[in-house]
Amino acid sequence: MTATIAGVAVEVDGEGFLQKPEQWNREVGAEIARGAGIAEMTDKHWQVVEFMRNRYLETGSAPSIRALGKESGVPIKELYQLFPKGPAKLAAKIGGIPKPRGCI
Amino acid sequence: MKRILILGAGTAGTIMANRLRKLYKREMRAGALEITIVDQDDRHIYQPGLLFVPFGIYSPDDCVKPRRPQVKGRVRYVTGAIDRVEADEDRVYLEGGKTLDYDILIVATGTEIAPHETDGLTGPGWNEKMFDFYTLEGATRLAEALEKWEGGRLVLNIVEMPIKCPIAPLEFVFLADWYFTKKGMRDKVQIALATPLDGAFTRPIASKAFGDLMERKGIELVPDFNAGEVDGPEGKLKSWDEREVDFDLLVSIPLHMGAGYVSRSPGLGDDMNFVLTDPNTLQAKRKENIFALGDATNVPTSKAGSVAHFEAEVLEQNVRRYMEGEPLEEAFDGHANCFIETGHGKAVLIDFNYEVEPLPGKFPFPGVGPLALLKETRFNHWGKLFFKWMYWHMLLPGYDIPAVPPRMSMRGKQRGDLPKLERHAVLGGSPNSSDNGDESSKVA
Repeated sequence: MTATIAGVAVEVDGEGFLQKPEQWNREVGAEIARGAGIAEMTDKHWQVVEFMRNRYLETGSAPSIRALGKESGVPIKELYQLFPKGPAKLAAKIGGIPKPRGCI
Repeated sequence: MKRILILGAGTAGTIMANRLRKLYKREMRAGALEITIVDQDDRHIYQPGLLFVPFGIYSPDDCVKPRRPQVKGRVRYVTGAIDRVEADEDRVYLEGGKTLDYDILIVATGTEIAPHETDGLTGPGWNEKMFDFYTLEGATRLAEALEKWEGGRLVLNIVEMPIKCPIAPLEFVFLADWYFTKKGMRDKVQIALATPLDGAFTRPIASKAFGDLMERKGIELVPDFNAGEVDGPEGKLKSWDEREVDFDLLVSIPLHMGAGYVSRSPGLGDDMNFVLTDPNTLQAKRKENIFALGDATNVPTSKAGSVAHFEAEVLEQNVRRYMEGEPLEEAFDGHANCFIETGHGKAVLIDFNYEVEPLPGKFPFPGVGPLALLKETRFNHWGKLFFKWMYWHMLLPGYDIPAVPPRMSMRGKQRGDLPKLERHAVLGGSPNSSDNGDESSKVA
């Protein structure tokens, strides 16, 4: 389905994950973050989101929470403070990439 | 001569070897095709049986047979640990330097638990008050511990998804409820399930049904719990967002990872060592002559033996198409089919795929069954026990299961108003279990 986020028409799934990463920009990301209860995106937030997004664009799959903790420069505990409940899922959503798979 | 190399002689690899040797019987006899299978040991574990070991229903010996006799015919069996796959060379390196060249590679090396990935889990208290049951050793030690346990708080924790057999945690807590009831000490035991999921299961309808069942059995659900650390001596399980769950006895389902050699094989797997695989054709992303099936893949369906079986039926034909230069068929739909032991001699059956979540109804024959979907019956329990025979005598040898094709069928499944799990349902079922013919659609 199509939604308008921060003035941009984007393809999203039922949970609001962007289906076309190329439709994303930072304003779109910031608005998704606000909708998820993150009022202000700090540099740390962006560091994680961009790591997530770049990894997805390079490899075609989003990193796991463990890889995120080891390689993004932000330890897992802090990831949970930045992105409550599900850091990998939320960072993917804000970063405009499809929902990470493997939750079956 | 064409060479097919299969990595792993577990459920998926064994089924695949047996199907392909039947498909290519003539070519193999003529020396035009060779099938080789590699595994590091000769111990095939009937993994669904591990659930029954902690409760004394199966002994460890009931779950093990040698691997080699399960792979029949002219298939060559090589014992060795895999060092890495060099896809550019079409070559697999074994530890010790031996190499195996292939024209087609099929990866079926499954997944294993990685308890050391959770801080404290393998520290003080491991195998004393903290156990796993996903290994034969773990399940055996847990059986001894449960037998002499005097009661307290039993916590089952799923560290992270995906796990093998995602319904096993539910079965474990249901069987624990039955086990302590039978021992006359249920009142001395609290049972809790701490899970990273937001409910009892991954899909909404089944999650609701199993959530209700847990409540009726007095089992506590701790949802959205992402375990980060365990303190054995203090008996505390701690989440990344700093919540705590107390335990006297912890049964952990640790993090799962693909086989270690995948990380040494450039481009083959993801961060968790699961092989990057097309979910519909089962071709690996790495190179066109590599395929993968079973728990080893990253495809978004359950890691379960039934899935490996359905995948094998599809992959057999895609391997043939690849050999004959035909386009692959996107034939795999994520079909999974699982019996869920609920204790007291009953079980639930679920049947689902990538798109369709587990629904109530009858299986495999609409309106008749004899198995009931998403509902507790004694007949389902017998089905589960019979499955062990089927596993060794039908699944591993690579036979199709009558009336159960690889593609999931909507026949006999109900959408719309969904019945609750009937605690006292018996074979024959409630009015809710009749077939809803209007919703059925035929899938050839």
